[in-house]
Amino acid sequence: MDKKAGKKIFNGIAIGKIKFYSKKENPVSRVKVEDTDAEIARYEAAKDEAVKQLEQLYEKALVEVGEANAEIFNVHIMMLDDDDFNESVLNIISVQKVNAEYALAATGDNFAEMFANMEDEYFKARSADIRDITERVLSILCGNSESTDIGEEPVIIAAEDLAPSETVQMDKDKLLAFVTRLGSSNSHTAILARTMGIPALAGVEIDPSWDGKIGIVDGYEGICIVEPTMPVLEEYFKKKSADDEQKKLLQTLKGKENITKSGQKINLYANIGNPNDLMTVMENDAGGIGLFRSEFLYLESETYPTEEEQFQAYKKVVETMGGKKVIIRTLDIGADKQANYFGLDKEENPALGYRAIRICLTRPEVFRTQLRALFRASAYGNLAIMYPMIISVDEVRSIKEISKEVRSELAAEGVQIGDVEEGIMIETPAAAVMSDELAKLVDFFSIGTNDLTQYTLAIDRQNAKLDDFYDAHHPAVLRLIETVIKNAHKAGIWAGICGELGADTTLTKTFLKMGIDELSVSPGCILPVRKAVREAE
Amino acid sequence: MKSFEYTITDEVGIHARPAGLLVKEVKKYDSVINVTKDGKSAEAKKLMALMGLGVKQGDTVTVSVEGGDEEAVAAKIEEFFKNNL
Repeated sequence: MDKKAGKKIFNGIAIGKIKFYSKKENPVSRVKVEDTDAEIARYEAAKDEAVKQLEQLYEKALVEVGEANAEIFNVHIMMLDDDDFNESVLNIISVQKVNAEYALAATGDNFAEMFANMEDEYFKARSADIRDITERVLSILCGNSESTDIGEEPVIIAAEDLAPSETVQMDKDKLLAFVTRLGSSNSHTAILARTMGIPALAGVEIDPSWDGKIGIVDGYEGICIVEPTMPVLEEYFKKKSADDEQKKLLQTLKGKENITKSGQKINLYANIGNPNDLMTVMENDAGGIGLFRSEFLYLESETYPTEEEQFQAYKKVVETMGGKKVIIRTLDIGADKQANYFGLDKEENPALGYRAIRICLTRPEVFRTQLRALFRASAYGNLAIMYPMIISVDEVRSIKEISKEVRSELAAEGVQIGDVEEGIMIETPAAAVMSDELAKLVDFFSIGTNDLTQYTLAIDRQNAKLDDFYDAHHPAVLRLIETVIKNAHKAGIWAGICGELGADTTLTKTFLKMGIDELSVSPGCILPVRKAVREAE
Repeated sequence: MKSFEYTITDEVGIHARPAGLLVKEVKKYDSVINVTKDGKSAEAKKLMALMGLGVKQGDTVTVSVEGGDEEAVAAKIEEFFKNNL
């Protein structure tokens, strides 16, 4: 068994025979010619033929992968029509008195290099397009017909790199996955893999000896396994059928409303902890982000992240989500999440210790920086702020005072601010009990069931010895949830759940009956929960 | 010569697709049209040179039009930038 890691391009799981795909090389040698006009004519004819092929490819891609992806072939046609490119080829032929193949290959190398040396990732990736068009005309000049025949059986394609024209010409029904050594997530092949919905990895140390062997591509973990052992193979057959099930759900439930049979509608949002998760949020059709943990900014940094760094990160998220709601939770560090530069003391009971809003209220400079960044980003989308670990009305009053100061500070600087909802997490029994008073001060509640359960039952979930005592559906917790929802509605605000319990489909009906307004779950759980909602009365 | 400045709003800048459309557009006119960024200049009817400028979102470019009906052409090209870039 051989296991190789790679960069995740598209998720999914594939199991099948590996086909090691290598391009037919067009070896080019420099040959002196007498009749340069004839060489130029050969080049022009080959170029015209290439344009004809590209026009056909465009038509084919249009049907198979849509206009946006097909557009690349129009771009290739325009590249082949580029004055500078063609002048360079003709110039080399007539000045050096050499064959068209050599002149073309040299020109292609030069232009590809120019793009490869550019700073921006997008423009860098365009060097692959230059190589692609160069190879196409070269094949015609050399009389090699293009062959992208991959055989009769469905296969996992392993290759150095794949040109967009190659991936489009392959028979879609026989493609299980792409694994390449080169290529980036900006490449057209990556975009095509996404459109076709097959797993793809780049940056993998591929090996020609893999050809014909059984392989597994796990696009979720970014690994590729060659000749897996029986237990691994069995494990992956299970994973694959679960994945297929999920994808089937996706097809039938995408774009559908979260509505019960009797017409009760709720919002289904996603919980994420990093902007890299945005792709899965979109793929799973979340209506918004119900919990965006801002800790990643602090944990991935060696020092306090600046206002500008935070602003850019939040802005990117709200912009990517379009007008959809993005609820960002302020710093929840402490307990099991530590960043050294905070200089927090070791505590005997970290879960009951100096964490989250308690840090923010005693270190207002850290809190203000984050709030400034959040309010600034609010002008770019639909942003809401949520404060964690609340236990009292006084805390909320202090928070609101600081938030008000920050807003007027920004307004005085002439900074634009959007309409920002401000809510709190209900994750302590104290907050649940006081929720009638708290509801008068905020715009929404989001119930954090993980901590709420742990604090209500006085059970440490990490301690396996307590498993027999632990009941995720303990009536005390459910009663608290019901109270919180009732008190929210009494004050005219909405209430949601962002803890693990929200994704528990055996409780979906119960929560609906309680009148829950929103459930925020990990992206992969959105569609199963939507199914449960739609099946409820 | 007629010229105008434009700040790119497109997320990926002057990328392949709009660059291709721009080339098609300027080829309709006889005027010489140049796009300049940070002192580097490219003729707008040359796709690779145009992309080679590496113009990104937020970059400001100067577009100059020379010859023919330059007033009217510049207005058309400026409109094109607003709609596509």
